Amino acid sequence: MTAVVNSSRVERSPAIAQLRRRLAWARANLFARPIDVLLTSTIAAAAVALLWAIVPWAFIDAVWVGENRAACRPDAACWAFIVNRGGQFLYGFYPQPERWRVNAVFLIFAVSVFLLLRRDTPGKRVVAFFLLLVFPILGYVLLHGGVAGLSRVTTDKWGGLSLTLLLGVAGIVVSFPIAIVLALGRQSEMPLFRWASIAYIEICRGLPLIAVLFMARILLPYAFPVGSEFDPLALAVTGIILFESAYLAEVFRGGFQAIPKGQAEAAAAIGFGYWRTAIYVTLPQMLRVVVPGVVNNAIALVKNTTLVVILGLFEVLNIVAAGAADPDWLGLHAEGYVFVGLVFWGLCFAMSRYSQSLERELKAAERS
Amino acid sequence: MTSTGLSTPQIAARPVTLGRNLTGRQRRHILYQAAFLLVLCALLWLAWRNVEANLAVRKLALGFSFLRQEAGFGISFSIIPYAETDTYLRVFVVGLSNTLLIALLGIIAATLLGFAIGIARLSPNWAVAKAALVYIETVRNLPLLLHVLIWYNVVIRSLPPSRQAVNLLDAVFLSNRGIFVPSLETSLGWETLALLVGGAVAAIAGILRRARRRREETGQPTRVAIPIVFILAGALLLVAGWGQLRVSWPALQGFNFSGGMALSPELSALVVALAVYNASFIAELVRGSIEAIGKGQREAAAALGLDRGRILKLVIIPQAMRVLVPPLTNQYLHLVKASSLATVIGYPDLVNVFVGTSLNQTGRAIEIMAMTMAVYLVLSLAITGLSNLQSRRLRLVER
Repeated sequence: MTAVVNSSRVERSPAIAQLRRRLAWARANLFARPIDVLLTSTIAAAAVALLWAIVPWAFIDAVWVGENRAACRPDAACWAFIVNRGGQFLYGFYPQPERWRVNAVFLIFAVSVFLLLRRDTPGKRVVAFFLLLVFPILGYVLLHGGVAGLSRVTTDKWGGLSLTLLLGVAGIVVSFPIAIVLALGRQSEMPLFRWASIAYIEICRGLPLIAVLFMARILLPYAFPVGSEFDPLALAVTGIILFESAYLAEVFRGGFQAIPKGQAEAAAAIGFGYWRTAIYVTLPQMLRVVVPGVVNNAIALVKNTTLVVILGLFEVLNIVAAGAADPDWLGLHAEGYVFVGLVFWGLCFAMSRYSQSLERELKAAERS
Repeated sequence: MTSTGLSTPQIAARPVTLGRNLTGRQRRHILYQAAFLLVLCALLWLAWRNVEANLAVRKLALGFSFLRQEAGFGISFSIIPYAETDTYLRVFVVGLSNTLLIALLGIIAATLLGFAIGIARLSPNWAVAKAALVYIETVRNLPLLLHVLIWYNVVIRSLPPSRQAVNLLDAVFLSNRGIFVPSLETSLGWETLALLVGGAVAAIAGILRRARRRREETGQPTRVAIPIVFILAGALLLVAGWGQLRVSWPALQGFNFSGGMALSPELSALVVALAVYNASFIAELVRGSIEAIGKGQREAAAALGLDRGRILKLVIIPQAMRVLVPPLTNQYLHLVKASSLATVIGYPDLVNVFVGTSLNQTGRAIEIMAMTMAVYLVLSLAITGLSNLQSRRLRLVER
């Protein structure tokens, strides 16, 4: 390096050339017009001010360990709240020694989804079958217990972030087959199935999730025999499934429409009937196209599941509210929200990145 | 798979020969649908019997007569007059008007913010574009409910009390009791005002229509600014002179503000959260719609000698609008539905006062849920209808 600098003209030096390129870039992209000078410096000042406010609050002056809010400083974050209540934030009132069961359910879900989305997993059909049909039952048995030596944990103990995510997982997994049926129904040549699907989809999509949740909570019990007992969590899950299957059905409809007509016609030409065409020809192609749409829907659903707070479930935002109402940690909403926000943000950002990269891949595959 | 609906109309047209002229396929289809209908009816019948039994246990009969009963509870905020002695029907109207108010304010604020950020996202200035990107990516990956709670429980609560309220130019005051803004007051009743506003809007619409027709027929631009200014000034003078129009400024009196308009903490938090959250989605729609316009359009316009402003106004925006309108209405629909989050922080929207308090007091679950669902379905149908109308107007006219 030094030899080059010494022997050639100074402007040729790579370091200086790079500096020049950077200056030129800055002039073109940051200070092109007088107004840009103003805008750039305003934004820089705002960014510095923001960091100046956040860094001392969140890191420098923050307190991480403590038994109650007396240990904290009034002008800085009190992460001791999160550290002390972390278990509750994540698992609600799920008994401590049994929490591995919650982790196991999420681990099984994560591994199966990973296997499904990976390009060359052998036997994807088996994984899909497991995820859609076996996993919901297995997950419920694991969490609820009462069989095979697992102690019983009633649903009123479930809570926290794991409950929020569980509602999202249940919403997607259980809605998946229902939505496929609805999407097929919407395209059926039999008018009764078509109208029924359209009516269902449009009504559920026209209502806010809150209204659907109230409907499940208040109206559904009326349709069952007098004196039936209902688990509030089961009613909430039902509401979410009712809602989500309508949205997923529309994603699937878009996927079906993206498949060239020739595919179904070719299947008919070799003598495939309706179900064989669907199972071997159109469904597999549709499922490949809709992955980004399903992921986008999952993002919306995960954010939406926080709404079950109105049903009084101990979902993570309710746990934060309860914690911040506790005299020991009175009024520490901000810390709780920052924690919840970071978790949601990380999840949703990762999912949206994944769906964007898939969309790009699909587009590239289409062009080639 | 034959094309949809080919066989069915024929079935309906020839009921007599039903069994004979049908292929096996068609017969099977009829069978399936009949079975489906049978199962559906059986389920509905079972559900209905249970509903009747449940109602009997609760000693309730279906009917809307409860709407005429006195509600007997107070509502913390309403834009139309309401007293505890009013009926449940009035409660329904109050809740509906509060929902519409939130939705309207939210849509206006989200649109303004969203357009600004969407345009910033396309700025040639790197810092501006990146700042907009950071805003979008931060905001839209957080649940809307979290936004609402943060604004309500953290931001507004940490504002100073009324006596030390943040004073913006002596006109707007921010405090933990809410936001206080100046308001216009007149002695005219709202019927007169509505008539006046309606008249002015109709007159302006007429002028614009005539101008457009003339432009289309003759190609001559017609000046519309001057008559419109005249109409607006006239209406304003009328209200000012006849209705003693005056601005009411908020002012501190004792422990609270008097005069002006008070936006409660719930209302403020909700509108800000709805605007901030939805703006991030609208910004992406705006960016997408402008980027969807081919580069050639811009270059062709520049080659014709149009300046930057004209290129935007005459070439880019009209085409971008066509792409933008359908997804934008969809976003508005989301916003209207999301306004029901109001109930979580206790803003008296339709869900809160009707599905909440009224249902608890009367136990009329079925009637109340039906009315609420009908409201949201009508709202979404109305917005979708308006969007279809608009996109038909903006559609490419091809020869």
